[in-house]
Amino acid sequence: MSAPRKWLYVTGVLALCAWVLVPIYLIGLGAMGGRLAVFKWPKAFAPGEASFAALATFLKIEGVWNAALNSLIAASLTMLFSILLGAPAGYALARFAFRGQSAFRLLVLLTRAFPLAILALPLTVIFIRVGLYDTPFGVSLIHTALALPFAALVTASLFMGIPREYEEAAWVFGCTRWQAFRKVVLPLALPGIAAAAIFAFVISWNEVFAASVLTVRERTLTAYLLTVLSESPLHYRFAGGFILIIPSVLFIFAVRKYLFAMWGVSSK
Amino acid sequence: MKTLNHLAIAAIAAGAMFAAPVAKAQDLVFLSTQLRPIDEAQKVREVLLKGAPKTTYVVEEPPQFAVRMKAEQAAGKRTISLMGALHGELQPLVPAGSLDAVDDIAAKLGASGIPAGLMELGKLGTPNQQYIPWMQATYVLVVKKAALPFLPAGADVNALTYEQLAAWGKAIQEKTGQRRIGFPAGPKGLFARFVQGNLVPSYTGSMVTEFRSAAAEKGWADFKALWATVNPNANNYNFMQEPLMAGEVWIAWDHIARVKDALTAEPDQYLVVAPPAGAKGRAYMPVIAGLSIAKDAPNRAQAAAVIEHLLKPATQLAAAQEVGFFPVVDAPLPPDLPAGVKLLADGVAKTQGAKDAIVALLPIGLGDKGGEFNKVYFDTFQRIVLRNEPIRAVLDAQAEILRSLMIQTAAPCWAPDKPSQGACPVT
Amino acid sequence: MLQPRWLPYLLIAPSVAFLAALFLVPLGQTILLSVDGGQGFSLANYARMAGDLNFPTALRNTFALVAVVIPLQVALALVMGLMLQKMTRGRELVLWIWTIPLGVSDLAAGLVWLAILQDSGYLNTLLFQIGVISGPTAYLNSETPVALFFAVVLAEIWRATAIVLIILVAGIQLIPKGFGEAADIFGASPWTKFRRITLPLLKPSLQSALILRTVLAFEVFAVVYALGGRNFPILVGEAYTWQNENQNYGVAAAYAVLVMAISLAATIIYLKALRVDPETQG
Repeated sequence: MSAPRKWLYVTGVLALCAWVLVPIYLIGLGAMGGRLAVFKWPKAFAPGEASFAALATFLKIEGVWNAALNSLIAASLTMLFSILLGAPAGYALARFAFRGQSAFRLLVLLTRAFPLAILALPLTVIFIRVGLYDTPFGVSLIHTALALPFAALVTASLFMGIPREYEEAAWVFGCTRWQAFRKVVLPLALPGIAAAAIFAFVISWNEVFAASVLTVRERTLTAYLLTVLSESPLHYRFAGGFILIIPSVLFIFAVRKYLFAMWGVSSK
Repeated sequence: MKTLNHLAIAAIAAGAMFAAPVAKAQDLVFLSTQLRPIDEAQKVREVLLKGAPKTTYVVEEPPQFAVRMKAEQAAGKRTISLMGALHGELQPLVPAGSLDAVDDIAAKLGASGIPAGLMELGKLGTPNQQYIPWMQATYVLVVKKAALPFLPAGADVNALTYEQLAAWGKAIQEKTGQRRIGFPAGPKGLFARFVQGNLVPSYTGSMVTEFRSAAAEKGWADFKALWATVNPNANNYNFMQEPLMAGEVWIAWDHIARVKDALTAEPDQYLVVAPPAGAKGRAYMPVIAGLSIAKDAPNRAQAAAVIEHLLKPATQLAAAQEVGFFPVVDAPLPPDLPAGVKLLADGVAKTQGAKDAIVALLPIGLGDKGGEFNKVYFDTFQRIVLRNEPIRAVLDAQAEILRSLMIQTAAPCWAPDKPSQGACPVT
Repeated sequence: MLQPRWLPYLLIAPSVAFLAALFLVPLGQTILLSVDGGQGFSLANYARMAGDLNFPTALRNTFALVAVVIPLQVALALVMGLMLQKMTRGRELVLWIWTIPLGVSDLAAGLVWLAILQDSGYLNTLLFQIGVISGPTAYLNSETPVALFFAVVLAEIWRATAIVLIILVAGIQLIPKGFGEAADIFGASPWTKFRRITLPLLKPSLQSALILRTVLAFEVFAVVYALGGRNFPILVGEAYTWQNENQNYGVAAAYAVLVMAISLAATIIYLKALRVDPETQG
């Protein structure tokens, strides 16, 4: 690459990194700035006195740890269910041509095409009747419905990326279909599946509406604290927004190696 | 439909077996749409409910509240025993049959000095007591002292008219280059209450009947002129305390609970005054939060005990001090109120005690049409002021919608309209 | 190898059963609700929706938003993807940074951009310090519809480009290196290479990215409402308003059904327009 083009390239990459990071830095500033800094004009771009008061308030609230635990349970179950249900479907989409395949794809997509909150009433009625109301398990079922389309589509492209020949070779050596899958395909697909699972976790972690309608005592963290976000004073809002972002950033950091893998290509 | 339902239930029930049912002490669940923000919810748990039977205080935004109450009703199984919500939010629960009458508690509280008018509101247009008034508030005008130098000559800040407010806003705009009057006309703002409870009755002495009268036409024309001096961000404002604290707005109309943070942060910067007056007087709308017990509540006796606790004069005064909602019982405010709350208390007193005050009550008997009732007023505003449509034509068109709503609900008139036999007429 | 005809059905059965119970049944109930006029079938709710004050604006805004945001996102994601392809050092770090918004909820993203774009926000501070403006300036109200629209576009691009990026990056990596090398031998310009090799081979990835992103775009509203409030009505937002504020579940259901129909139509259009040969798939 010629020098000016190289320069252009590096600047471009850095600019795009800044484009993502600066807004997050600014909300962090808002979260630490305390009550009145939020209304200052002109705003300061450098952190002044960092105050953790607003963040600490969140952590001191009665019941917040129980809510965090519920979030963790719901998100972990979501992760589990969406992979258990989604991966076989993804495998079927990748390996077989079958009648009804496009209908199934559409069904999966439609789940995301309909605003969930509008379904809240009928869903809540069903949940109360079967005793799933107010349990993290119940919340995880709804979140699974939200994460399933991603899990199915991601794993489908993942399995497409693994050559069919590998499996066929294993069959030749006398493996059953299941053994071939377990010994050959699964190890190759595992990193991508892990990434898809984390993605499901993040979806569940961030979801507010269903979690708040379907629980009373056993609230998830987002439902417990952040439903009031739009009505709290601004510095609390920033603190809340910041708290929401942090775990997501960490999750994505944890699986950054597999992010390519998630869509069917191992990181080379 | 039924079969669909059963299928789904069977499918999910199969899954539910694996869910370990967590046995928890079934204490009383108190679900509230009021006092939601973090600080305030904590105050309720730590201060207001201290000494009451063991209670789990859960807050929820009004939409989720409505969905949950409907769902529990449809499924025939209650988790919630006690509800705390606004008059307008409890209203839809009457036709749904979700409320248990609380006449017994009302009788017990007879001597506590809850005004008869408030108690009557709690019947929601039915023969029985549907909720017990819990706390009250109203809508006021908050003025930043920085705006006072621009007050037009001859205007009294404590007795403004809409025309004077418009002139004031204009003066500020000319001198500072900014439009600094604000209304909460955002998606979660209470602007519809301003139109119903302040603007229209101030000009017509009526909320419903005179909706399309010539007096109303004049009111809208005046308000349109006023809007030219209102901060253009008003359609994004939900809680006026934010733009007030940001200095974007100097004069703001809102619910007292929604400006409280600004006042407690810098009490020496603000005045709280009565809303402006129109040709017929100075209309204001009292806001009532009520306590209701769910039909088939799992814990009715305890819920009743919590209601009695919350209505003790000491608890009521604590609510005023801690969260800025005022007592419904007879309990004089102590002189040592925090400065911000004191400003609010004075503002409320000025509003209620104004010589030309007109009380515009919250809608009664609209059932679940309360939201569409608000929409009539907000749409009218949107068409006249924001879209510049001719006032007469808009009022005529919206009056038709209003009339059909009144006929549909058969709600008789409420103050300031004169009592009617049958549905409140729209002339 | 024998491929039992029932195997794929067995594999999709659990997810179909799950979605049937948790999605199709309530969906069916909601569709029935939208055509329920009290006594039997009626289109009253749809008529009410179409006659509403905000309906034409919401419809226009929704389409305008999708039409502007999605091409920009795809273009940006393509640029980012090609940059990543060239990168030798720090690739994982850059990829991580670029995909952070993937984990940011609508709620938080709306807050972030509100902090930047509000009158006394960070953008204005910057403009003030470099002397472009003299004080707080408003962008997000009904008197600045163009600025408001672009504010929403900006926030949406920030929030939701990552998902497109990941899909396209995976697709770019599938393109055999040999094609590019062959083109180099024939002296093809980078632009020709991109147009003749990369783009056609990316078609399957582009298709899934477009479908997924469009479906999600029709559903988003938290960011829009955080920035635009009532000044920028969109269809899903109207659905929520009818359900929440107006408490009319029938009209809300009608809006939701309309949103779904539009998404469905868009999906079918993409499938037809970007027809992918089985050869290039996978």
